Amino acid sequence: MKKSRALLAAVIALPLGLAAVGGGVSSASSLAGTRGANGTSGSTTAQGPINIWYSNNAQEVAWGEQMVASWNAANPRQKVTGQQIPSAQSSEEVIGAAITAGSEPCLIYNTSPASVPTFEQQGGLVPLNGFPGAASYIEGRTGTSANVYKSPDGLFYQMPWKSNPVMIFYNKKEFAKAGISTTKPPLGSYSQFLATAKKLVSSGVAKYAIYPSPSSEFYQSWYDFYPLYAAESGGQELVVNKKATFDDAAGKAVAAFWAQLYAQNLAGKETVNGDTFADGTSAMAIVGPWAVVTYQGKVDWGVVPVPTTKGSYGDQVPTFSDAKNIAMYASCKNRLTAWNFLKFSTSPTEDGKLLDMTGQMPMRQGIQQVYASYFKANPAYKEFAAEAAHVIEVPNVNNSIQVWQVFRDAWSKSVIFGKQSPSAALAGAAAQIDKLVQSNSSGEP
Amino acid sequence: MKRFGRAVLGHQPIGLIFGAPYAVFIALLFAYPLGLAVWISFHHYFFTAPGVSVPRPYVGLENYRAVIDDPAVRQAFLNVAVFLVINVPLTVALSLLVATALNAAIPFRSFFRTSFYVPYVTASVAMVGVWLFMFSSGGVVNHVLGPLAPVPVWLINQNWAMPSIAIYVTWKSLGFFILLYLAALQTVPKELYESAMVDGASWWGRFKAVTIPGVRQATTLVTILAVITGANLFTEPYLMTGGGGPNGKSTSPVLLMYQTGIEQNHPDFASALGVLLVIGVLLVFGVQWFLERRRT
Repeated sequence: MKKSRALLAAVIALPLGLAAVGGGVSSASSLAGTRGANGTSGSTTAQGPINIWYSNNAQEVAWGEQMVASWNAANPRQKVTGQQIPSAQSSEEVIGAAITAGSEPCLIYNTSPASVPTFEQQGGLVPLNGFPGAASYIEGRTGTSANVYKSPDGLFYQMPWKSNPVMIFYNKKEFAKAGISTTKPPLGSYSQFLATAKKLVSSGVAKYAIYPSPSSEFYQSWYDFYPLYAAESGGQELVVNKKATFDDAAGKAVAAFWAQLYAQNLAGKETVNGDTFADGTSAMAIVGPWAVVTYQGKVDWGVVPVPTTKGSYGDQVPTFSDAKNIAMYASCKNRLTAWNFLKFSTSPTEDGKLLDMTGQMPMRQGIQQVYASYFKANPAYKEFAAEAAHVIEVPNVNNSIQVWQVFRDAWSKSVIFGKQSPSAALAGAAAQIDKLVQSNSSGEP
Repeated sequence: MKRFGRAVLGHQPIGLIFGAPYAVFIALLFAYPLGLAVWISFHHYFFTAPGVSVPRPYVGLENYRAVIDDPAVRQAFLNVAVFLVINVPLTVALSLLVATALNAAIPFRSFFRTSFYVPYVTASVAMVGVWLFMFSSGGVVNHVLGPLAPVPVWLINQNWAMPSIAIYVTWKSLGFFILLYLAALQTVPKELYESAMVDGASWWGRFKAVTIPGVRQATTLVTILAVITGANLFTEPYLMTGGGGPNGKSTSPVLLMYQTGIEQNHPDFASALGVLLVIGVLLVFGVQWFLERRRT
């Protein structure tokens, strides 16, 4: 009798499960007619209310709120509802899940360029070129550097929005205590940087000279290897023409430099809570201007470009952009409103407010001239503005996140923990990455 | 017909109605995702927006081969084995001993019972923050150990990272397992202890001859739950060792599933890994069940 009841349960449960599995597949294909891959079949003329997400740091929230309020006051029939991006381990995870569920908003002001290939593969992004004049608007605002944000099919699935050129911050108070110049600190070349780092630690002013996060998340190499590689290689991306570039003299020099810092305990290897630069544990940080608010009232900081073998001086040294862009997502119904709002939010006025309220660099040509009064009042930000013109981006390639994870694992094993020679690790990672970027976006060769 | 109906629906058909909501709950939230995961693991699959039509061809065992060939997966299973070897015996031994102590008439018994339970109900993020501080190079643990402290320090030491996580998880979940043993200890007849005492048995003798056999079923439950906890390990390596470091020595299979399935959008690979993990856990239970049956 028990067997009979178990059979009955199975008979009831099986169709449920199969219907659910089958439902997932058939619904995808039956809806294909109304919405093709990449969401291109939605109307680019529809207007009405839309939702947007922006970052959850206090400054960007304030900027987002005022921007939405300004728009809504002028466009009551096309109301925009803004909210902070939901919390999770990472924004990319939230956005990816929202795309799958079809619950993403029209616009997200926190789209990482590294995730764009994945979101595109998911059919979650709307190509902006579908709107009349979009390409010229984007290129007119950002200049020719906007081209790096085009996908391999030549379309813009993201609007270049703001950059955070990664530079070396230093603690003037600790430098002074260690007897190091605070106006022209010797940090231009690797040898100078290493000598300064040793002096800082041996004098006891800081436990570590610098403390980039040593953890294994895919994006952590954007804050140790990549800015220095950009500088050392003269602005080369990690992958060019579907081939990894970093297994070259520049990549090896950068790896050897960081390996020395770790081997001599000048850089911290432990995962820590909090900001080691803000609390004085490390005398330097490698980060962009978004972090300035974290240091206010805690650190009297100065900023210099990232070092190179021969010495990097001035404000022409390439570095990593750490950009966050705006993308339009496939669930968006009122796409014309979304596009008009996107243009409104990247207008000279709103770009100026973004700069003023967050200290982050709008990706607009000639920001030093356009916002001259801001830079006059905030001279410390001039360096970032100058650097913003020389940033490089993460490559827009297949399996982008996996590429960065492979690189990070190799970096962690060799440079941070010294379990493999950096040269061998870079060569191994390059071979793996070549395969990943040469396979199609679904992982097949 | 009536007999058939009774055979299928049982003596009290209304029971099916009462049980149906939970059956539906199980079917939707457990059976369906599990079935879908198995289906995905045999197909080429990635997450897409609703309405996006992409081919999802059947690929047979290709995803399983990719999982088995991946050295990171093998390392993750090895890491979890290290975790289980440390965590499960430690959990069983400590929770039984502490529960026995808390079951005795000791002063401040309620206070101690609550104290052991607090870490279990406290957010992992907060607890991990404290442990990171304690096990850092300048932390209290290294201060106490002095020259005996490992170099490099615990959580960035290839040999100590996973054992450190196992010890942390043991400590954090101890309160829950103590609770299970406390409940089990209430069912051990007092007369057995009295008889043992009359026979001159020592504390250890009573513990060995009365307590341990008396809570055998609870021990089985504790072991199963501890194995499940270990197999699902994610938060601790993610937070304590910065995503499975050093050099992948604390990566768990679930952390790899998160990286490949969620971050990298390869749910087919992640599902195959998940299915293998489920099979692995079932094998552990199978062995345990077999040993239990032989003993009884």
